[in-house]
Order: sequence, then C-alpha cells, then structure tokens
Amino acid sequence: MINLELPKSLKNLQQMTHQLAEQGFRPISRKYDRIEHGDTPAELKPLAQMIAAGRPRGGDKGEKADPDAVKNGSNLMGIVSVEEMCWGDTGLMLSLPASGLGNAAIQAVGTPEQKEQYGKLYCAMAITEPGAGSDSAAIGTTARRDGDEWVLNGEKIYCTGGQRCDAVVVWATLDKSLGKAAIKSFIVPRDNPGMQLVRVEDKMGLRISDTAALALSDCRIPLDHVLGSAEIADTEAARKKAFGGVMQTFDNTRPMVAAMALGVARAALEITTELLKKEGVKADFSKSPYNSTAIELELYRLEADLDAARLMTYKAAWMADNGQANSKEASMCKAKAGRMGNDVTLKCVALCGELGYSERFLLEKLARDSKIIDIFEGTQQIQQLIVARHLLGLSSRELK
Amino acid sequence: MSTDLPIDLRLSEEQRISREGMRRFASQVLAPGARAADEAAAADPEVLAGIAGFGLTLMSLPEALGGAGLPRSPMGNVLACEDLGEGDLSQSLAALAPLGVVNALLDFGDDAQHEAWLPRFASETPVPAAVALAEPRATFEPGDLRTTASRDGDHYVLDGEKCLIPLVEQCQMFLVVAAADDGPAAFMVEADNAGVRRERRDYMGLRSAEPGTLTLQGVRVPVSQRLAHFDLERLVSLSRVGLAALATGCCQAVLEQCVPYALERKAFGEAIARRQSVAFMIADMGIEIEGMRLLTWRAASRAEQGLPFQREAYLAFLQSMEKAMRIATDGVQVFGGAGFVRDYPLEMYYRNLRGLSALHGALMV
Repeated sequence: MINLELPKSLKNLQQMTHQLAEQGFRPISRKYDRIEHGDTPAELKPLAQMIAAGRPRGGDKGEKADPDAVKNGSNLMGIVSVEEMCWGDTGLMLSLPASGLGNAAIQAVGTPEQKEQYGKLYCAMAITEPGAGSDSAAIGTTARRDGDEWVLNGEKIYCTGGQRCDAVVVWATLDKSLGKAAIKSFIVPRDNPGMQLVRVEDKMGLRISDTAALALSDCRIPLDHVLGSAEIADTEAARKKAFGGVMQTFDNTRPMVAAMALGVARAALEITTELLKKEGVKADFSKSPYNSTAIELELYRLEADLDAARLMTYKAAWMADNGQANSKEASMCKAKAGRMGNDVTLKCVALCGELGYSERFLLEKLARDSKIIDIFEGTQQIQQLIVARHLLGLSSRELK
Repeated sequence: MSTDLPIDLRLSEEQRISREGMRRFASQVLAPGARAADEAAAADPEVLAGIAGFGLTLMSLPEALGGAGLPRSPMGNVLACEDLGEGDLSQSLAALAPLGVVNALLDFGDDAQHEAWLPRFASETPVPAAVALAEPRATFEPGDLRTTASRDGDHYVLDGEKCLIPLVEQCQMFLVVAAADDGPAAFMVEADNAGVRRERRDYMGLRSAEPGTLTLQGVRVPVSQRLAHFDLERLVSLSRVGLAALATGCCQAVLEQCVPYALERKAFGEAIARRQSVAFMIADMGIEIEGMRLLTWRAASRAEQGLPFQREAYLAFLQSMEKAMRIATDGVQVFGGAGFVRDYPLEMYYRNLRGLSALHGALMV
C-alpha cells in the first residue's frame, strides 16, 4: 500500500539524530566555521562513539523477515539520519571520525579480512585529481605491481577527510591505455610514508570538514589491499561491467548526499520561517498561490521543492532497500536535491534581508555550505547526463 | 490513525490491474482521439462512455444505493487521473467531473442526501454533473465567494456566476459552492431549475472538455439541498490533488513524445538527443515529473489514511502547476517549429496544462 510517511522506527531514529544534531552540532556550528582548520573537534569524539555504539551490527537479526514484505532498511535509515545531522551542521557531520565514503566502498566490495581490518576505522575516498574530476575514467594515478606489493604514484585532491582519516581508498589505474576497466581502488593506511598530506583547502563553506590534497610517491601497500578483483577485464562487456561495478557504489551514496541537501535546506527554511514570523509573516496556506504575498509564495515554492526532493530521495533509498536497481532514481534525487538545497538556502538569505546575510544567524553559513552539495558526488550536470542517458536509452559514448 | 505502515511505493494488486486497463484505454483510445476532439471542441461520447465504464463513480457508492461499497480511495482516484491524464487531460477532466460530485456528496452529504442524489450515479452511464466553484475574477479565491446563498424560509436563493465547468451544457446537475450567512456552503442544483443559465465559453485549451459558465439568478433550492457537512477546504484540497495527478499524467505524455522525437530528429548530422542542451531538458522533465508524482501520491495517501493533508495537497498542486508549465513549454521547444504546428500534440499539451492555473474544485478525488 502506497505510503510515504515515516514508520515509527524511522521516526524514533529521526528524533534521536535530531537531538544529537541540536545539542551536539548546532552550539558549535559557528565556532568551527571560524576555526576552520585543525584536528577533529574534541566535542565530536564522544558523539562518534555514541553513533558507533548505536549502530546495528551483523545485519538484521531477530525477527525473521518475510522475503516478500516491503523493507525499510539501512538505506532509508541512512537518509533519515543524514538529513537530521545536516540540519545540525554538514561540515561537522563530515568531520565525525566515523564512516567516510571509503567505508561505503569497503562495505560494498571489501573482503571479510578488509572489512575486519578497516571496517571500524575512518576511511576517506580519493578519486579527484587536478586533471580528472567528473570524468573519473581519466584518472592518472598509477598502481604497479612489484612482488608482494602495489606501488602507487600520483596526486589526489579534494579528498574529504584526507587529513584526519585512518585510511584512504585511492582510485588508480593499472594501465592507462586500457581505460576504465583498468581503474581499481586501493586501501592506503593514512600513516603510510609514501602518502603525504600536501595541503588542506580553504573553502567557502563546510570549513571544518578537512578537504585534503595528497601526494603518493612510490607508496607501497600489500597486495591484498586492492578492493575487488585486480584482474583487468579483457572483453568490452566485461570491462564495462567492471567499471560499472565501481560506479554502482554511487547508487547508494548519491541519495545520502541528496539527504545532506535536505538537512541544509530544512534548517534554512525553519530559521527563515521563525524570523519572518516575528515580523508578522505567516505562510499558512490560507490563500491560493497567486493571491498570496510574494514572500508567502516564495516560501511555498521552497517548501514544495524541498518536499519533492525529500520524497525522491526516500524513493531512491527505498528501492535500494528493496533490492531494486535505482541508478536513475539515485541520480534524479541527487540532481533535484542538489539544486534545491542551493536555491532554498540562497533564497532564505535574500528573504531575511540583513538578518539573512549576517553572521548572527546561520542562514548565510547554510547558503555557503549548500553549494558544494550540488557539486560533489557527481555535479548537477553529471546527474542530468545520467538521467538523460536512462530516459533516452543512450550510452555514455552516444551522449557525452 | 494508529497503524504503523512502512514507507511503501508498491501498488496493490487491484491498483495494478485497474491501472493496466486505464493505461491501455489511454494509449489506444484517449491519446489517438485527443486531437480530433480538441479541433471539434467537443468530447467524444464514446470516450466519455469508455471512462465511465471503468466504474470509478460506482466504487465508493454504498451497496444499498447500487454501488460497490468500497471505502473512499483518493489514492486509487489519483492513479486513474494520472493514467487518463496521460492519454488526454481535457476529455479526462470532462469524464471525471461526475466523480468529483459523487465524492463531494459522499463526504459532505447526510444519509437523506445520499439517498436522494447518489442513485443517479449508480450506473455505467452516470448523469453528467460537475462541481461549480470557480468564478470569473482574476483574483478568485475559494474562501472569498461572490456567489451568494440567501436564506428565504425553507429555501435558499442563489445568485452569482460560476465558470470553467466541464460539459456545462450537458450537465443535469451542479454542486454549487456559494457564500451563505454562516460561511461557504454547497448546494445541489438541477440544470432545469428556474434562473439557471448555461453558456459555452472558448478557452485557450481544454476545448474538448466543453467548458463554460453557469449563471444563477434568483435560483431557489430547498434547504434540504444544502450539503449537511460541507468542508470547503477538503473540497479544494482533494481537487488540487486530482488536478496535480492529471498534470503529472499529461507531463508524462510530453516526455514520452519528446524521447523518440529527439532520438530521430537530426541536426548537424546527429540526433538532437545527443546534444546536452536538448538532453538536459529531457532529463529535467523526468526529474520534475518524479517530484510532482511523489508529492501528489503523498497527499493522496495521507488523505486516504485520514491524516491532515491540506498542506501536502497545496504543495503538490503548486509544484505541479508550475513545473508542468515548464515541462509543456520545453516540450514544444524540443520539437521546435514542429511543436508549434498542430500536427503534433505538443502545442495541445501546452494549452491544456495552462488551464491548471484557472481550475478550482473541478476534480475532487
């Protein structure tokens, strides 16, 4: 039966995470926006422990699930928590020494040994290079086998958590002439002497989250630190499949990033509504859209966009929870949520005049934070490309 | 409601089956005939009969009154609106108008009123009827009606003008919403009542819905024809949901037209679908339709579960009205000059979808 309301279990999770965001993130949000660089904020360490303790282990046990029953599982749980945490502060959420994007990759394709060794550590992901952004197939960092080790060489930038993490999942090519199929990912412990921190970026928003540039020079790691198979597929079809497998990680992570935009946008709308209420503006749906005041109509539009993006994100996550292929829906929700988050936060600043622009409130910060959400984990344009290819039935070669 | 449902996007077995039938009808009958009906500015009686044949008005009628006795299902109605709207928004609006009256009677009438009016809808050919809420003013607001109902003994006297009523000249009865002394009220008014005048009007689109104006001049109706439990907000909200669903369906039709056209049409030696400027318009259609659909489903599902849904209906309607127009204009744009000529349905979708901004209360699901 069609239902888009959260069930009790997810509502409870939402409330718990909301408390954490309200009490753990909000009070220190402005402080760390100003401090920007440094180690993991001390206030986050107990929170990370709490989260780790609260995380269910060993999959779903207990009640025997009916295989035909609809599932609201880890993907929806992830969405709900991420929205709440980002309502608190996206930069602080990303600074939690807990699960990074590297963890998602290890969880998805790692061996039991890799999961055992790295599953509980904080693992970042390094894909982007100075010459390879959205076109990850153009990666130039190389991996060469030398006896019992892999030797990595290259430069990685914009690595979230790259300074403070325990390990980095590094994307590198075994043979650049073989294209996508030769791209593999490797687990590199952060203290490996062959991997150096070059710098931590100064950014417009998400300041407390460390965005690192890393240099790999003859960086040696054990052979078993490759994620997935080290074989290079030899047929065209197998090559496609291999790279497709790498990219599939994004089907699960894109809705998570969409959820960040939900949190940021909702925070901005709540603050805006609150500020406007004090000045006598209340948007209570009592008049038809075009008989409402300009400011009311704007609020309705922003709410509609936010809710549409949220429902799309729920759908993509729900499909993943229920074993349905969701690549199109994952990109759809990321595209909608990414642009919505940016639009909502910027309009909220504008709607509140000086109060919106001032650092006394969080609106200006949310508007700075929101921009990157429409860029990382696949830009707006990359999502549009993916959606267009699905709708038109065109390959990546046919629609570039 | 205290039930604890998981998030779920699966249709029930009945919904799946009825959807199949509707979709087949939409693609095989509605869509192919839409252009001719638009040109003739007349609904095809066979199309109207075909949609009536799905028995939507019968579903929730009590068994004693000749119906199937199933619970009211805004969600089921939304799926029907979406599927039929994909075939032809205009004729679907006309065909579904009686459903709006039935739903209003079910939700707002008392037992006596149910018995007096509902049996006339309990057949495969329900009487033509429509809700009359909108009035011809630029700033029309459902809560600020100029049509008045003045009490005169055991009668009400209705005066005013209502507009955009589908199949206005065929309708045998209207559910007229008017301002009474004690607030907005709804009255069952028969077309042959003295003082009732009906007139076709020409609009930019929705031509095959045969819309027009209803003028009420000193129309006397007995007090018993005032619906006992009228709730204007519910009427408006459920109609917003229905209209949003029709728009979602019509936008889906825009997308379905654009995909093959963009793949076939060549410019500069290759299909225009292979250019990002065109491909991204199509991607955005798909993205926004998904949002429209889910907002509409959420509102309908809340209504069905007995949860408050006014806000959700408002947001679904606003998003659908605005995004639909973007999609419709982009649809014409993808086709270029071919979108502007009347060989293709794109310009018709464009004209029909603009109608959403003027419709109020027309399709209570």
